[in-house]
Amino acid sequence: MAKIQLNGKKVVIKTNYSIFDLLKKYKLSNKKIAIEHNGVIIPKTSFKKKYLKDNDKVEIVHFIGGG
Amino acid sequence: MKKDIFKVAGKSLKSRLIVGTGKYNSFSETAKAVQASGADMVTIAVRRVNILDKKKPLLTDYLDPKKIIYLPNTAGCFNSEEALRTLRLAREMGGWKLVKLEVLGDKKTLYPNMIETLKATKILVKEGFKVMVYCTDDPLLAKKLEDNGASAIMPLASPIGSGLGILNKFNISLIINQSKVPVIVDAGIGTASDATIAMELGCDGVLVNSAIAQSKKPILMAKAFKDAVISGRNSFLSGRMGKNLLAIPSSPLKGLI
Repeated sequence: MAKIQLNGKKVVIKTNYSIFDLLKKYKLSNKKIAIEHNGVIIPKTSFKKKYLKDNDKVEIVHFIGGG
Repeated sequence: MKKDIFKVAGKSLKSRLIVGTGKYNSFSETAKAVQASGADMVTIAVRRVNILDKKKPLLTDYLDPKKIIYLPNTAGCFNSEEALRTLRLAREMGGWKLVKLEVLGDKKTLYPNMIETLKATKILVKEGFKVMVYCTDDPLLAKKLEDNGASAIMPLASPIGSGLGILNKFNISLIINQSKVPVIVDAGIGTASDATIAMELGCDGVLVNSAIAQSKKPILMAKAFKDAVISGRNSFLSGRMGKNLLAIPSSPLKGLI
Protein backbone atom coordinates (compact mmCIF):
# COMPACT_ATOMS: atom_id res chain seq x y z
CA MET A 1 0.00 0.00 0.00
CA ALA A 2 1.08 3.55 -0.70
CA LYS A 3 -0.54 6.86 0.10
CA ILE A 4 -0.34 9.39 -2.69
CA GLN A 5 -1.86 12.76 -3.32
CA LEU A 6 -3.86 12.69 -6.52
CA ASN A 7 -5.23 16.01 -7.78
CA GLY A 8 -5.06 17.36 -4.23
CA LYS A 9 -6.87 14.36 -2.68
CA LYS A 10 -5.34 11.61 -0.55
CA VAL A 11 -5.62 8.27 -2.32
CA VAL A 12 -4.42 4.83 -1.23
CA ILE A 13 -3.02 2.59 -3.93
CA LYS A 14 -1.41 -0.85 -4.09
CA THR A 15 2.35 -1.20 -4.03
CA ASN A 16 4.10 -1.50 -7.37
CA TYR A 17 1.40 0.63 -8.97
CA SER A 18 2.41 2.48 -12.09
CA ILE A 19 0.93 5.64 -13.59
CA PHE A 20 -0.54 3.40 -16.28
CA ASP A 21 -2.32 1.35 -13.58
CA LEU A 22 -3.60 4.54 -11.96
CA LEU A 23 -5.07 5.78 -15.23
CA LYS A 24 -6.72 2.43 -15.82
CA LYS A 25 -8.31 2.56 -12.35
CA TYR A 26 -9.86 5.95 -13.16
CA LYS A 27 -10.78 4.95 -16.72
CA LEU A 28 -8.55 7.63 -18.21
CA SER A 29 -6.20 5.46 -20.27
CA ASN A 30 -7.66 6.47 -23.62
CA LYS A 31 -8.39 10.08 -22.78
CA LYS A 32 -6.52 13.21 -23.72
CA ILE A 33 -4.78 13.93 -20.44
CA ALA A 34 -1.37 14.97 -19.16
CA ILE A 35 0.40 13.83 -16.01
CA GLU A 36 2.64 15.63 -13.62
CA HIS A 37 4.49 13.44 -11.13
CA ASN A 38 6.13 15.34 -8.24
CA GLY A 39 6.24 18.44 -10.39
CA VAL A 40 7.70 16.73 -13.45
CA ILE A 41 5.68 16.10 -16.62
CA ILE A 42 5.70 12.41 -17.52
CA PRO A 43 5.59 11.57 -21.23
CA LYS A 44 3.02 8.97 -22.32
CA THR A 45 5.76 6.54 -23.24
CA SER A 46 6.86 6.38 -19.59
CA PHE A 47 3.46 5.73 -17.97
CA LYS A 48 4.15 2.00 -17.58
CA LYS A 49 7.66 2.53 -16.29
CA LYS A 50 6.84 5.13 -13.67
CA TYR A 51 5.94 3.52 -10.34
CA LEU A 52 4.30 5.42 -7.54
CA LYS A 53 5.54 5.50 -3.96
CA ASP A 54 4.39 6.91 -0.61
CA ASN A 55 3.79 10.68 -0.51
CA ASP A 56 4.04 11.10 -4.28
CA LYS A 57 2.09 13.97 -5.74
CA VAL A 58 0.29 13.26 -8.99
CA GLU A 59 -1.69 15.71 -11.05
CA ILE A 60 -3.89 14.54 -13.92
CA VAL A 61 -5.15 17.39 -16.10
CA HIS A 62 -7.32 17.67 -19.17
CA PHE A 63 -8.87 20.32 -21.37
CA ILE A 64 -12.07 22.02 -20.28
CA GLY A 65 -14.05 24.96 -21.59
CA GLY A 66 -12.33 28.29 -21.09
CA GLY A 67 -11.89 31.77 -22.49
CA MET B 1 -11.21 38.92 -55.51
CA LYS B 2 -8.37 37.25 -53.66
CA LYS B 3 -9.54 35.02 -50.83
CA ASP B 4 -9.09 36.74 -47.50
CA ILE B 5 -7.34 34.07 -45.44
CA PHE B 6 -6.36 34.81 -41.86
CA LYS B 7 -2.84 33.57 -41.17
CA VAL B 8 -1.77 33.35 -37.57
CA ALA B 9 1.11 31.43 -36.02
CA GLY B 10 1.55 29.32 -39.14
CA LYS B 11 -2.15 28.37 -39.33
CA SER B 12 -4.51 29.46 -42.09
CA LEU B 13 -7.98 30.21 -40.79
CA LYS B 14 -11.17 30.79 -42.74
CA SER B 15 -12.77 32.76 -39.94
CA ARG B 16 -11.36 35.81 -38.18
CA LEU B 17 -13.49 35.04 -35.17
CA ILE B 18 -11.92 32.94 -32.41
CA VAL B 19 -14.29 31.83 -29.69
CA GLY B 20 -13.81 30.83 -26.08
CA THR B 21 -15.51 27.72 -24.72
CA GLY B 22 -16.14 28.78 -21.12
CA LYS B 23 -19.35 29.75 -19.30
CA TYR B 24 -21.77 27.66 -21.41
CA ASN B 25 -24.57 25.65 -19.81
CA SER B 26 -23.43 22.39 -21.38
CA PHE B 27 -20.86 20.99 -23.77
CA SER B 28 -23.63 20.40 -26.26
CA GLU B 29 -24.46 24.12 -26.22
CA THR B 30 -20.75 24.94 -26.51
CA ALA B 31 -20.43 22.75 -29.59
CA LYS B 32 -23.52 24.26 -31.24
CA ALA B 33 -22.38 27.81 -30.56
CA VAL B 34 -18.89 27.08 -31.92
CA GLN B 35 -20.44 25.66 -35.06
CA ALA B 36 -22.77 28.66 -35.49
CA SER B 37 -19.85 31.06 -35.00
CA GLY B 38 -17.95 29.52 -37.91
CA ALA B 39 -14.72 29.75 -35.89
CA ASP B 40 -11.89 27.38 -36.79
CA MET B 41 -10.06 28.07 -33.54
CA VAL B 42 -11.29 27.83 -29.94
CA THR B 43 -9.64 28.65 -26.65
CA ILE B 44 -9.68 26.04 -23.91
CA ALA B 45 -8.42 25.79 -20.36
CA VAL B 46 -6.30 23.17 -18.60
CA ARG B 47 -7.67 21.90 -15.29
CA ARG B 48 -7.54 18.91 -12.97
CA VAL B 49 -9.59 15.86 -14.00
CA ASN B 50 -12.43 15.20 -11.58
CA ILE B 51 -11.24 11.79 -10.42
CA LEU B 52 -14.37 11.10 -8.37
CA ASP B 53 -16.72 11.31 -11.35
CA LYS B 54 -15.64 8.78 -13.95
CA LYS B 55 -18.61 9.36 -16.22
CA LYS B 56 -18.31 13.12 -16.48
CA PRO B 57 -18.52 14.23 -20.12
CA LEU B 58 -15.35 15.61 -21.67
CA LEU B 59 -15.00 18.65 -23.92
CA THR B 60 -13.01 16.58 -26.42
CA ASP B 61 -16.07 14.33 -26.88
CA TYR B 62 -18.02 17.36 -28.18
CA LEU B 63 -15.38 19.40 -29.99
CA ASP B 64 -13.08 17.22 -32.06
CA PRO B 65 -9.51 18.57 -31.77
CA LYS B 66 -8.84 17.06 -35.21
CA LYS B 67 -11.48 19.29 -36.78
CA ILE B 68 -11.10 22.48 -34.79
CA ILE B 69 -7.89 24.10 -33.63
CA TYR B 70 -7.53 24.01 -29.86
CA LEU B 71 -5.77 27.03 -28.44
CA PRO B 72 -4.82 26.16 -24.85
CA ASN B 73 -5.01 29.20 -22.62
CA THR B 74 -3.50 29.99 -19.23
CA ALA B 75 -6.57 31.75 -17.83
CA GLY B 76 -6.39 31.85 -14.05
CA CYS B 77 -2.58 31.97 -13.87
CA PHE B 78 -1.18 34.84 -11.84
CA ASN B 79 2.55 34.39 -12.46
CA SER B 80 4.85 33.18 -15.22
CA GLU B 81 5.67 29.90 -13.44
CA GLU B 82 2.00 28.86 -13.27
CA ALA B 83 1.50 29.84 -16.90
CA LEU B 84 4.56 27.91 -18.06
CA ARG B 85 3.52 24.83 -16.08
CA THR B 86 0.04 24.94 -17.63
CA LEU B 87 1.26 25.35 -21.20
CA ARG B 88 3.91 22.64 -20.90
CA LEU B 89 1.16 20.27 -19.71
CA ALA B 90 -1.04 21.39 -22.62
CA ARG B 91 1.77 20.65 -25.05
CA GLU B 92 2.24 17.20 -23.53
CA MET B 93 -1.50 16.54 -23.75
CA GLY B 94 -2.12 17.31 -27.35
CA GLY B 95 1.23 17.97 -28.90
CA TRP B 96 0.23 21.58 -29.53
CA LYS B 97 2.87 24.23 -29.68
CA LEU B 98 0.35 26.93 -30.43
CA VAL B 99 -0.84 28.48 -27.17
CA LYS B 100 -2.43 31.57 -25.72
CA LEU B 101 -0.55 33.16 -22.87
CA GLU B 102 -2.51 35.07 -20.29
CA VAL B 103 -0.85 36.06 -17.02
CA LEU B 104 -3.20 37.98 -14.79
CA GLY B 105 -2.11 40.60 -12.32
CA ASP B 106 -5.20 41.74 -10.43
CA LYS B 107 -8.23 39.74 -9.27
CA LYS B 108 -10.69 42.63 -9.56
CA THR B 109 -9.88 43.82 -13.08
CA LEU B 110 -8.16 40.65 -14.34
CA TYR B 111 -5.72 43.02 -15.97
CA PRO B 112 -2.67 41.25 -17.34
CA ASN B 113 0.59 41.41 -15.43
CA MET B 114 2.77 42.55 -18.31
CA ILE B 115 6.10 42.03 -16.53
CA GLU B 116 5.30 38.35 -15.94
CA THR B 117 3.72 38.08 -19.40
CA LEU B 118 6.86 39.32 -21.10
CA LYS B 119 9.01 37.00 -18.98
CA ALA B 120 6.88 33.97 -19.89
CA THR B 121 6.75 34.95 -23.59
CA LYS B 122 10.54 34.92 -23.81
CA ILE B 123 10.81 31.48 -22.19
CA LEU B 124 8.00 29.95 -24.26
CA VAL B 125 9.42 31.25 -27.54
CA LYS B 126 12.80 29.79 -26.57
CA GLU B 127 11.10 26.42 -25.91
CA GLY B 128 9.62 26.45 -29.41
CA PHE B 129 6.07 27.49 -28.56
CA LYS B 130 4.04 29.71 -30.86
CA VAL B 131 2.61 32.19 -28.40
CA MET B 132 -0.43 34.37 -28.88
CA VAL B 133 -0.27 36.88 -26.06
CA TYR B 134 -3.08 38.55 -24.13
CA CYS B 135 -1.91 42.02 -23.15
CA THR B 136 -2.85 45.54 -22.17
CA ASP B 137 -3.54 48.05 -24.95
CA ASP B 138 -0.18 49.75 -24.38
CA PRO B 139 1.59 50.12 -27.76
CA LEU B 140 5.07 50.05 -26.19
CA LEU B 141 4.47 46.75 -24.42
CA ALA B 142 2.79 45.32 -27.51
CA LYS B 143 5.93 46.13 -29.48
CA LYS B 144 8.10 44.53 -26.80
CA LEU B 145 6.06 41.34 -27.07
CA GLU B 146 6.45 41.30 -30.84
CA ASP B 147 10.20 41.93 -30.55
CA ASN B 148 10.41 38.96 -28.20
CA GLY B 149 8.77 36.58 -30.64
CA ALA B 150 5.02 36.70 -29.90
CA SER B 151 3.03 35.13 -32.77
CA ALA B 152 0.05 37.40 -32.19
CA ILE B 153 -0.69 40.44 -30.06
CA MET B 154 -4.00 40.23 -28.22
CA PRO B 155 -4.82 43.52 -26.55
CA LEU B 156 -7.88 43.78 -24.33
CA ALA B 157 -10.83 45.87 -25.47
CA SER B 158 -11.86 46.23 -21.80
CA PRO B 159 -11.59 43.95 -18.73
CA ILE B 160 -12.32 40.23 -19.23
CA GLY B 161 -16.02 39.43 -19.02
CA SER B 162 -16.99 43.10 -18.58
CA GLY B 163 -18.74 43.48 -21.94
CA LEU B 164 -17.77 47.15 -22.05
CA GLY B 165 -16.52 47.03 -25.64
CA ILE B 166 -13.45 48.82 -26.97
CA LEU B 167 -12.55 51.53 -24.46
CA ASN B 168 -9.48 52.88 -26.22
CA LYS B 169 -9.83 52.72 -29.99
CA PHE B 170 -6.87 55.04 -30.39
CA ASN B 171 -4.46 52.68 -28.63
CA ILE B 172 -5.80 49.67 -30.51
CA SER B 173 -5.19 51.57 -33.78
CA LEU B 174 -1.65 52.43 -32.75
CA ILE B 175 -0.96 48.76 -32.02
CA ILE B 176 -2.47 47.68 -35.36
CA ASN B 177 -0.41 50.20 -37.30
CA GLN B 178 2.90 49.25 -35.72
CA SER B 179 2.50 45.44 -35.62
CA LYS B 180 3.85 43.01 -38.18
CA VAL B 181 2.17 40.04 -36.45
CA PRO B 182 -1.62 39.67 -36.27
CA VAL B 183 -3.50 41.82 -33.77
CA ILE B 184 -6.53 40.15 -32.22
CA VAL B 185 -8.76 42.04 -29.81
CA ASP B 186 -9.33 39.80 -26.83
CA ALA B 187 -11.59 40.37 -23.82
CA GLY B 188 -14.29 42.91 -23.09
CA ILE B 189 -16.29 42.60 -26.31
CA GLY B 190 -19.94 42.95 -25.25
CA THR B 191 -22.01 42.59 -28.38
CA ALA B 192 -21.72 41.93 -32.11
CA SER B 193 -21.23 45.58 -33.10
CA ASP B 194 -18.15 45.79 -30.84
CA ALA B 195 -16.58 43.07 -32.99
CA THR B 196 -17.46 45.00 -36.15
CA ILE B 197 -15.78 48.11 -34.73
CA ALA B 198 -12.66 46.12 -33.89
CA MET B 199 -12.50 44.74 -37.42
CA GLU B 200 -13.16 48.17 -38.96
CA LEU B 201 -10.20 49.53 -36.99
CA GLY B 202 -8.12 46.97 -38.87
CA CYS B 203 -7.75 44.18 -36.33
CA ASP B 204 -6.83 40.84 -37.88
CA GLY B 205 -9.27 39.00 -35.67
CA VAL B 206 -11.45 39.04 -32.59
CA LEU B 207 -11.65 36.64 -29.66
CA VAL B 208 -15.05 36.38 -27.96
CA ASN B 209 -16.34 34.22 -25.14
CA SER B 210 -18.68 35.83 -22.57
CA ALA B 211 -20.58 37.96 -25.08
CA ILE B 212 -21.76 34.78 -26.80
CA ALA B 213 -21.96 32.38 -23.85
CA GLN B 214 -23.75 34.80 -21.55
CA SER B 215 -26.27 36.14 -24.05
CA LYS B 216 -29.87 34.89 -23.74
CA LYS B 217 -29.54 32.86 -26.95
CA PRO B 218 -25.87 31.87 -27.33
CA ILE B 219 -26.26 30.00 -30.61
CA LEU B 220 -28.01 32.92 -32.31
CA MET B 221 -25.46 35.34 -30.83
CA ALA B 222 -22.65 33.17 -32.19
CA LYS B 223 -24.14 33.62 -35.66
CA ALA B 224 -24.46 37.37 -35.04
CA PHE B 225 -20.74 37.52 -34.22
CA LYS B 226 -19.85 35.52 -37.30
CA ASP B 227 -21.67 38.06 -39.49
CA ALA B 228 -20.37 41.05 -37.48
CA VAL B 229 -16.75 40.02 -37.98
CA ILE B 230 -17.24 39.43 -41.72
CA SER B 231 -19.01 42.81 -42.02
CA GLY B 232 -16.32 44.66 -40.15
CA ARG B 233 -13.58 43.03 -42.19
CA ASN B 234 -15.30 43.86 -45.50
CA SER B 235 -15.89 47.40 -44.32
CA PHE B 236 -12.21 47.76 -43.40
CA LEU B 237 -11.09 46.35 -46.75
CA SER B 238 -13.47 48.71 -48.58
CA GLY B 239 -12.04 51.82 -46.95
CA ARG B 240 -14.65 54.11 -45.46
CA MET B 241 -15.65 57.48 -46.93
CA GLY B 242 -14.22 60.67 -45.52
CA LYS B 243 -16.08 62.57 -42.81
CA ASN B 244 -17.53 66.02 -43.50
CA LEU B 245 -18.75 68.52 -40.96
CA LEU B 246 -21.69 69.58 -43.16
CA ALA B 247 -24.11 67.84 -45.51
CA ILE B 248 -23.17 66.92 -49.07
CA PRO B 249 -26.22 65.96 -51.20
CA SER B 250 -26.33 62.48 -52.63
CA SER B 251 -28.22 63.50 -55.82
CA PRO B 252 -26.68 65.75 -58.50
CA LEU B 253 -27.73 69.41 -58.40
CA LYS B 254 -27.42 69.78 -62.16
CA GLY B 255 -30.68 69.45 -64.06
CA LEU B 256 -32.77 70.28 -61.05
CA ILE B 257 -36.33 71.31 -62.12
